[in-house]
Amino acid sequence: MNGATIIFYLLAALTLGSGLVAVTTRHIFRAAISLLFSLIGVAGIYFWLDYQFIAAVQIVVYVGGIVVLIIFSIFLTQQSGEKLPQQKIGRVIFSGLAAFCGFVLTIVQVMHYSFTGTSDAAVEPTVRNIGEKLLALDKNGYALPFEVVSMLLLAAMIGCIVIAMRIPGAPKKEIREIKEDVMLPLLVEEKILIVEEETGGL
Amino acid sequence: MEPGLYHLLFISTTLFFIGVYGFLTRRNLITMLMSIELILNSVNINFIAFNKYLWANKMDGVMFTIFVIAIAAAEAAVAIAIIINLYRSHQSIDVEKAEEMKY
Repeated sequence: MNGATIIFYLLAALTLGSGLVAVTTRHIFRAAISLLFSLIGVAGIYFWLDYQFIAAVQIVVYVGGIVVLIIFSIFLTQQSGEKLPQQKIGRVIFSGLAAFCGFVLTIVQVMHYSFTGTSDAAVEPTVRNIGEKLLALDKNGYALPFEVVSMLLLAAMIGCIVIAMRIPGAPKKEIREIKEDVMLPLLVEEKILIVEEETGGL
Repeated sequence: MEPGLYHLLFISTTLFFIGVYGFLTRRNLITMLMSIELILNSVNINFIAFNKYLWANKMDGVMFTIFVIAIAAAEAAVAIAIIINLYRSHQSIDVEKAEEMKY
């Protein structure tokens, strides 16, 4: 067992262990930090596989972007130090059972399948090769998906601004809850009155 | 044992079903979003592993990973905007309390 193998198993343990903590802990902030370490572990696996550019993108976008966004939204929506409510035990058991059965099914299928790869010369995943492939206009190029993704990002940006924008002049806090049990008898009485008025003349 | 394709597939499968478990048990929208991020990451590991060990002469796995990461970033941003807006109107981000969106 050489050094690379040990590093691989350490990265795998980091990824899976902190991923497990992220979905089971009842402290939401702790879950976010565990997610951070899980994503760092995934980036480490990419580094281990010699895909440096993907690893860098993973760290910049996930660790630097999405996790920070999640932590900010936790600060904005959660009372600090408050635990998440206890799960129903039935839901935990059945979800665990469903996930476990799916896991066993998939892993049995994967381990019994023998993959056959190509024996052609490998293309190094350097930044130059990735960039040329991404912007190539020929049959195997990815210029069109690149443009579509840029449009998607623009649409997402505008959508976020529109969703999160507070309409100027609108009241700060709307009264949302209409007490149905209070409103319902009133509505029924009104209807009865209307019906009486309509049928009263006949 | 020297790590290879099957080890990576094992990691990605485990991560995927950890994400599924979290998605099924959690009732808080932010933690559900975290589970979705784990699922998307497991898919990315799969793409990279297949690209490395099976089709090293092509770069399609790398390209798909880049696009998945871009779309996941957009998805997370929109989801968090919706969550914060929901919190503003309902004072809660529990999915059980957001059920008036059903009708």
